[in-house]
Amino acid sequence: MTKQQANWSPYDFNGGTCVAVAGADYCVIAADTRMSTGYNILTRDYSKICKLADKSLLASSGFQADVRALQKNLEARHQIYQHQHNKQMSCPAMAQLLSNTLYYKRFFPYYAFNVLGGLDNEGKGCVFTYDAVGSYEKVGYSSQGSGSKLIMPFLDNQLKSPSPLLLPAQDAVTPLSELEAIDLVKTAFASATERDIYTGDKLEIVVLNREGIRREYMELRKD
Amino acid sequence: MTKSTIELPPKGGFSFDLCKRNEMLFKKGVQPPSFRKTGTTIVGLIFQEGVVLGADTRATEGPIVADKNCEKIHYMAPNIYCCGAGTAADTEAVTDMVSSQLKLHRYHTGRESRVVTALTLLKSHLFNYQGYVSAALVLGGVDVTGPHLHTIYPHGSTDTLPFATMGSGSLAAMSVFESKYREGLTREEGINLVCEAISSGIFNDLGSGSNVDVCVITKGNVEYLRNHVLPNPRTYTSAKGYSFPKPTEVLMTKVIKLKEKVEVIEGGDAMEE
Amino acid sequence: MDPNSRLVMEDSQRTLTPYVTGTSVIGIKYKDGVLIAADMGGSYGSTLRYKSVERLKAIGKHSLLGASGEISDFQELLRYLDGLILYDNMWDDGNSLGPKEVHSYLTRVMYNRRNKFNPLWNSLVLGGVKNGQKYLGTVNMIGVHYQDNHVATGFGNHLAIPILRDEWREDLSFEEGVRLLEKCMRVLIYRDRSAINKLQIAKITAEGVTISPPYSLKTFWEFSAFKNPTAGAEGSW
Repeated sequence: MTKQQANWSPYDFNGGTCVAVAGADYCVIAADTRMSTGYNILTRDYSKICKLADKSLLASSGFQADVRALQKNLEARHQIYQHQHNKQMSCPAMAQLLSNTLYYKRFFPYYAFNVLGGLDNEGKGCVFTYDAVGSYEKVGYSSQGSGSKLIMPFLDNQLKSPSPLLLPAQDAVTPLSELEAIDLVKTAFASATERDIYTGDKLEIVVLNREGIRREYMELRKD
Repeated sequence: MTKSTIELPPKGGFSFDLCKRNEMLFKKGVQPPSFRKTGTTIVGLIFQEGVVLGADTRATEGPIVADKNCEKIHYMAPNIYCCGAGTAADTEAVTDMVSSQLKLHRYHTGRESRVVTALTLLKSHLFNYQGYVSAALVLGGVDVTGPHLHTIYPHGSTDTLPFATMGSGSLAAMSVFESKYREGLTREEGINLVCEAISSGIFNDLGSGSNVDVCVITKGNVEYLRNHVLPNPRTYTSAKGYSFPKPTEVLMTKVIKLKEKVEVIEGGDAMEE
Repeated sequence: MDPNSRLVMEDSQRTLTPYVTGTSVIGIKYKDGVLIAADMGGSYGSTLRYKSVERLKAIGKHSLLGASGEISDFQELLRYLDGLILYDNMWDDGNSLGPKEVHSYLTRVMYNRRNKFNPLWNSLVLGGVKNGQKYLGTVNMIGVHYQDNHVATGFGNHLAIPILRDEWREDLSFEEGVRLLEKCMRVLIYRDRSAINKLQIAKITAEGVTISPPYSLKTFWEFSAFKNPTAGAEGSW
């Protein structure tokens, strides 16, 4: 029999875009809910945002099976942490754990592009952005995934962040109010959906602030 | 036969001069540039009095939408139109070339073009280029012998069908036709079914999107319904709008005038010799 | 042993090319539970090698599994699941694994096998009902998984999902559900060359699993343009 199948690959790309914006007393984490493979939409309603601890939320796109394995791993590690320390992990600690977890698989990576958003111990918004093998940075805002090359320049234009080289270190948080940040995120996704074929269907926005967690949804183009 | 000592310019057609060089570069790992593909849904069907063609309006370059409202139903002759999928440049060029040949043929014969003529010209051209001219077409028209619908694949093979779909959304569109098409549809039903098939491609295939174009061809009449359905409006616009920061700061406003180096002589006499 | 031959042996134990395969499976939720449809063909490359392959199986009390892809890998998976259900029964605690748990198990098995570069060459559809909750999910050979109101594997993703997205409703009756699945299967018979006109539809509700006996669908090939294709392009070749 002649070989009919293309070479087997352990990876796939399931698309999607993630954004996080940190403010003085809030953090907005958003992602679309489309899951696709090739030119096919697998489902229009798959949440890419995972609550890892009370004050840290992870938004990830890339290869869904890896993303889910990564989320489960972090959830399990957080469970152990709670048993050992009797408290929730802080967002910066979770950020370091995520980096280590990604780097642990340096030579068979999790094909996952993450943005971690949350509140630090002072209640200030914080965002961490990653590559697939664990290199990470604390920033004021970030975007990852298929639409990031469309969204990131727009965020750069609207929210100039201070140079990380400045001494003493400047606050990375954005000067926007919570509602302005949500409006900005909605605009960014509506625009990215116009031009990125892997982004669309629905936008899930999670807002983290002093009161707790709030979820919002907005319809996106479905074509 | 005498061997010509001077290189004659090519008579026409494509230039293959750089193929060898490109092949060598590719082997060394140089990536060739990508082309604009119309990852597409195009369809056609035959109804009672004629043919309905349909297309979406999205053109893509990889994962990016290059054109949100392009035209994929090309004019071939007053009574023949052709939907194109594949590399945009190829579908455009091949339909234009054949369209001009058809016009010359009409001047020559003084008769209306036939769909089979367009079909034969298209398939001969595509077959000659062994699939390298990547155009997948749905050809439809009405001539003296009645309504006709054909598909043409990039390698030059053709099909004669009561309903046809092509492009990356062809399966989504075909699922509509296979479950709803029947012979003897009315004009209204035909247009609606084509819209439904194209919409199926638009919403289920990532290569297709935006709007629905329709073209109805009947005996002696063509109705091109550009943007017949617009099912994808923008979903959100910020109420406050966006202002962008000031342009680049002007640092210096000194203007250096250019010196005139050529003396202009008035009157026409100086030019004559 | 020479290291090369060991490599070859290790390679040969892996399904990196499938042999006998089944094509699409389609699943939908309906008013009282879940319906899954699959044909009974077993393809050996492009040869139709088997014509009575059962690709729909009940798993425990609350779940129904449909598989496309390598038939032998599917049958091995059924052995794993037998073990899982048996072990669960042995607790004798009146508790039993529901569709959510079985789907989660399948997801982990598939993903772990892909991590070992030794995949089970299947796309699976798992449906079920437990505690009045309907469940329908899918997982493929590299571990990609999700839940939805309607799912399909292989060609079904291209040909059946567009129909289901247009016509599926939450309150579909059993008859309407079967009719919808048959509509999708008919399109697959027309357009998927490895699909055959001998299929089964299985139902799972709170009462349990029923798998229909094999049957055929009525098809239509009588379009006049199909009869003499050359007549449509007289003067060309």
